[in-house]
Amino acid sequence: MEKLRYALYTGCTARESTPELLKSTLAIADKLGIELVLLDEASCCGASHLQDYDDFLSLVLNARNICYAEKLGLTMVTICNTCQLNTAMTKHRLDSNSELKAKVNAKLAEVGLEYKGTSEVTHFLYALVQDFGLEKLAKMVKVPLSHFNIAPFYGCHNIRPSELQNLSNGGENPYNPTSLDDLIIACGGNNVDYAEKNKCCGFHAELQSPHTAAVLTGNAIAGAMDANADWMVTPCPLCHLKLDVQHHAASKAIGRDVKLPVLHMPQMVGLALGCTPTELGLNHHVTKVDFV
Amino acid sequence: MDAITSQQVTFKIFRFNEETDYLPFYNTYTLNVTHEEVVLDILNRIKWDHDGSLSYRRSCRHGICGICSIKINGKAILACKSRLFDLIKIFGTDLTIEPLSTKRVIKDLIIDKKDFWEKHAHVNPYLVSDIEETPASEHLVSPHDAEKLNEADYCIQCGACHYSCPALAINEQFMGPAAFAAAYRFSADVRDEGALERLHIVNQEAEGVWDCVKCMECAEACPKDVNPIEKITKLHNMIFEAGIAKNNVATRHAVGFAHSIMKHGLLDEGELVRYSEGNIGVMKHIPEAIAMFKNGKIVMPWNMPKSKNLDEIKKLVKSSSTVKF
Repeated sequence: MEKLRYALYTGCTARESTPELLKSTLAIADKLGIELVLLDEASCCGASHLQDYDDFLSLVLNARNICYAEKLGLTMVTICNTCQLNTAMTKHRLDSNSELKAKVNAKLAEVGLEYKGTSEVTHFLYALVQDFGLEKLAKMVKVPLSHFNIAPFYGCHNIRPSELQNLSNGGENPYNPTSLDDLIIACGGNNVDYAEKNKCCGFHAELQSPHTAAVLTGNAIAGAMDANADWMVTPCPLCHLKLDVQHHAASKAIGRDVKLPVLHMPQMVGLALGCTPTELGLNHHVTKVDFV
Repeated sequence: MDAITSQQVTFKIFRFNEETDYLPFYNTYTLNVTHEEVVLDILNRIKWDHDGSLSYRRSCRHGICGICSIKINGKAILACKSRLFDLIKIFGTDLTIEPLSTKRVIKDLIIDKKDFWEKHAHVNPYLVSDIEETPASEHLVSPHDAEKLNEADYCIQCGACHYSCPALAINEQFMGPAAFAAAYRFSADVRDEGALERLHIVNQEAEGVWDCVKCMECAEACPKDVNPIEKITKLHNMIFEAGIAKNNVATRHAVGFAHSIMKHGLLDEGELVRYSEGNIGVMKHIPEAIAMFKNGKIVMPWNMPKSKNLDEIKKLVKSSSTVKF
């Protein structure tokens, strides 16, 4: 098979509050022989909040990010669900509306860029599941995670709205997603089923509606604990920040002590591939990863 | 090979009568279903052949009255529109049938939708227009203007999105996606003159659009592709455009992204929280900030990463901004 190459859009979180996500992504790409070209020119995707303020500006900025992947002639991979949503949404809106695309390109022309629509946008999880292949991944596992019950937490913006996400996520059904479960199994782990695995973590309402956000986080961790999970895994750094950092507020909000270690998706894969905890940045977690 | 035309399915149906039952329970039926059957056919078969006391709402039978909405394995559906074979593809052959909200059950699958209708009514879901009672000509809407509704007028008030919204399940004051979609539907209508009042209504803290958690459940739940979250985003935009955005944590949280992108290209996460919360409000985040700092999760201002070719980004923010705060 030809070597897989992607343009990596890190988003902001992986360069700031979850440095372990970028570290572990690069570590497993190296082990798997996937080449990731960093898009250092990219800006913030707006995280669905800039979109509330200035929709057009968010389109221009996201189109600019995609331009840099197009220049490389590569598919863009994201490592944050919300980056995936906003980038894929921009692509979809521009590709299906030539008038809007022309308006955005008129702005991009001011900085010598043009959005063409030639690069696909997909989350790294789906690049692994669909392009790399789980069978091949399973064969490379050195340390099967067979001692662990692992709770997948999918994160909203990889699975909903399905009409948009199905363009890149292989037709995952948002009511019964399977990709992350399949990845856990490929890593030798035991996937646990629980009702909150495809639900919201509350991240986007944390500042303006802290109680709602904390209850959602608490319900998610409680659901995983009740399903006998040893730890959780998520492809989204925003979900990770909620689940890893906010368990005190979450416990208070739901009136029950909830706490579980939470791994980023590449950290889980990295453990199975035999990466060291330091290579995966496991020392950066607030809820200590005490099982390795 | 012939296509499969019938399958055996196990149905677990939620039962509760508020007049006689202390707790809800489930009845289980195993039935052969055919590829042309919809969920309503199954409910009818159970009621007519097995248990006449099973209660559910049904009326038009072609997806327009919105009354038969229920949940299958947590997915909100119209019973008259959802084919069993499509549901089996998602969930397999063990299906649990429940009311839209187990908290609001009157009997079995019938719920009290009072909260839905009150919130819907609260946004003035009608055209507000000062026109003559006997106009001399029709008030025509061009196709171009009709498109501005973005299919928000397809809403049939079934409640699928309302009872799939996690923000509303926790915060009962929150008006929810259906009310917001209705607010947008009338505010985007060229004949309407009540938009400003509606925008003030949906601009309230705790009740209004700002408390949306952006989970996209409403877009997924809607059987008519109304896409309520898209309308919620548009209401946010309209609030800013109308100049009525309050200066609070929610609005600053949105605006802060533009400031940060202008400065760094990337988001300055710490500064966004400080800007959104204000210098006093930010204090409550200190414990988590300390925990994050100890684990190398906070970048100091002097180490803040910047996008390459930042001058391009600055130029675009200046030239492409369409609103002011």
